[in-house]
Amino acid sequence: MSNNNNSTDDRINSEGEDKNSRRAFFKNFGLIGAVAAAGGAAIYSGYKYEESKPNHDMVKVLTADNRLVEVPRDQIKDIKLDTSELQRKGREGLKGHRFVMVIDLSKCRNARKCISACQGAHHLRPYEYHINTLVMQESPETAPYYMPKPCQHCDNPPCVAVCPVNATFKRQDGIVLIDNERCIGCRFCIAACPYSARLFHWEEPLMSEADKGKPYNIELNVPQKKGTVTKCLFSSDRLREGKLPYCVSACPNGVYYFGDENQDAVTNGTTKETYRLSELLRVNGGYHLMPELGTKPRVFYLPPKNRLFEFKDTRDQDKEKI
Amino acid sequence: MASEVNTGFLLDKRLDSIATDILRPVGISKGFLVWMGFLLVSLSGCIYAYYIQWDKGLIVTGLRDYVSWGMYIANFIFFVATSLVGMLISSVLGLMGFKWVKPIARIAEIIAVAFAAVAGLVIVSDMGRPERLPYVFMYGRIQSPILWDVTVVTTYLVLSTLLYFIPLIPDLAISKGRMGHTPKWLQSTYEVLSVNWSHTPQQYKILLKSVRILLIVIIPTAFAIHTVTSWLLAVTLRPGWDSSIFGPYFLTGAFVAGSAAVVIMMYFVRTNYKLDKYLTLYHFDMMGKLLVLVSLVYLYFNINEFLVPAFKLKTADAIHLKELFVGEYASMFWSVQLLGLIFPIILLLFKFFRKPLPMFIISVVVLIAAWFKRYLIVVPTQQNPFLPKQYVPDAWMVYQPTVIETAITMGTILLAVIIITVLFKLFPVIPIWEMAEEQCENDHKSQE
Repeated sequence: MSNNNNSTDDRINSEGEDKNSRRAFFKNFGLIGAVAAAGGAAIYSGYKYEESKPNHDMVKVLTADNRLVEVPRDQIKDIKLDTSELQRKGREGLKGHRFVMVIDLSKCRNARKCISACQGAHHLRPYEYHINTLVMQESPETAPYYMPKPCQHCDNPPCVAVCPVNATFKRQDGIVLIDNERCIGCRFCIAACPYSARLFHWEEPLMSEADKGKPYNIELNVPQKKGTVTKCLFSSDRLREGKLPYCVSACPNGVYYFGDENQDAVTNGTTKETYRLSELLRVNGGYHLMPELGTKPRVFYLPPKNRLFEFKDTRDQDKEKI
Repeated sequence: MASEVNTGFLLDKRLDSIATDILRPVGISKGFLVWMGFLLVSLSGCIYAYYIQWDKGLIVTGLRDYVSWGMYIANFIFFVATSLVGMLISSVLGLMGFKWVKPIARIAEIIAVAFAAVAGLVIVSDMGRPERLPYVFMYGRIQSPILWDVTVVTTYLVLSTLLYFIPLIPDLAISKGRMGHTPKWLQSTYEVLSVNWSHTPQQYKILLKSVRILLIVIIPTAFAIHTVTSWLLAVTLRPGWDSSIFGPYFLTGAFVAGSAAVVIMMYFVRTNYKLDKYLTLYHFDMMGKLLVLVSLVYLYFNINEFLVPAFKLKTADAIHLKELFVGEYASMFWSVQLLGLIFPIILLLFKFFRKPLPMFIISVVVLIAAWFKRYLIVVPTQQNPFLPKQYVPDAWMVYQPTVIETAITMGTILLAVIIITVLFKLFPVIPIWEMAEEQCENDHKSQE
């Protein structure tokens, strides 16, 4: 290059001005040197930058609000779900949903599988019920039937209204939860609940030794805590994963339907068939438990009609298991 | 209460004899030490019972998921109820100008202070997580009646304490120099507490004015504490609690319990402190009539509370009422209604029963009945929830208070008695200056 330059210079300075061409040579040489140095530095720093940069291996991630996004693999950090993070998420609830349960009384044979599944998940004793099956009979003339009774997750919850410390609360997705890290154990909510849906840990909970040190999952209410209230949570930890509640999945007799009022769809936990909620309630005459109390439950019942099995009161045999 | 005090009584010779009379029982006597020793030893046993509950949880009580409020809550309501009498005697009767309440007012205020102060502790004994009590202030939700209750009970305690203390100041000043028979530390306590009171007419003017303001302010506060306490039950949907007259029903019941407590203490002061010159037969007669009056009002609310639902017999109400009238709680229910309400009303109509000793016996029965009345309000309702109780251990079906639970409850009662004992024994229990002033005033009137 410098030769070329020189020859050009020669042609321009036709009279053979040696001094001039030497000066031009040095001038050009210096310029080029500076450019080269700058370029080298740039390349080197670029290399360094590239070296420090993570490689762009992208991963698809589903966010909490259901958006599919791409993030570089090495930018993914494992967040340890601690109690306060779980509490924040748990109090917020699942956006866009309004969960409902439909219980078909014509199918319940008191298998009590829902109860044991629930008690297993929530670390409860055999006589501590988030959900219980009761023998009901409206009057001596009418037929007795079995009625599973979870928390009704009322839209006008008497328990939430009386809580002095905001330990029990109603989420945007309709679920009523209890925060046992906040609960002071006054049991006003138990007094207020007309469905006897809440229970209190009078003694150390069943698995308090084994659960020691685990972060508190407000959506599972585990670890359970002595001196606090616990209750049915509609298995909100399972709902977050897109699964049906423990009791609903465990039922062998197709008693439970669970779903979303916003989508007008409920899925049977046994057959996994999905039905239109409004249609199901209309055709079968769905109703609420004690609607006259104005609690506006999120649990519907279908009447115990056309039962294909005989009612057997097994309370005495079942009692021995408790 | 008069708007001005004639300080002439300070120069009157009779002040000396009145002060001597009233101050004679004040101080540390052997009987006091024995009694306090007994109280404190018993209390330490009860505190140990609470330690067991703290350690093991509420499993040591008879409470379970169906009856989850029991003796503790009943006891709490009883305490709040009894404390209300301070307002009735000092404010309602005092402001209406009844002179006979003067020597009784301080007794009523002591009962108010003692029971209101311990009521807060009673409610803590019922908490599953007592160490989280600060949460009520940190995370308090103003919608919850518990917050209203905490606010008004605290306010009432402060107002009652002021109403006890402010009229006591002149007495403390009078007592200085007349306390030769008492220990030094008590004399210096009087010195400090009397805040340099020098009996100027100006000071008395301020005293009367502030007491008058307190007497007026405490009326709505007292109404609020027991009304809100009744709402802890009445805001729920349960039969037996779901009642729109629970506020006045509780309030009028409170006056019965409190009046009985005052009569008991009056009898004690009259006989043990030999102050029959100040708590005369006339005072007992008037208290007897007051007890009849408040009992009649309470009877009226009882009739409303039971007759109206019993007439309709809605399913859930019918079960509840049957339990009370002829069921499991029938014997307790009828004993409480007859011994605590009907018989006292009938007996106290006769002058013979308005004498100190019969009054004392009747009042003890009324006060015990008042405690069981609260138990009957709290427990049977939860015994019969809307939905059947099934698949639970047999022990969960019926509420049976345990020894530990009873001991803790006894402990709170002992604590109230300790406060009452200290205030009765270490400070003049009858207002000296008011008695002296009254005598001077009577002289003036008779001269005219």
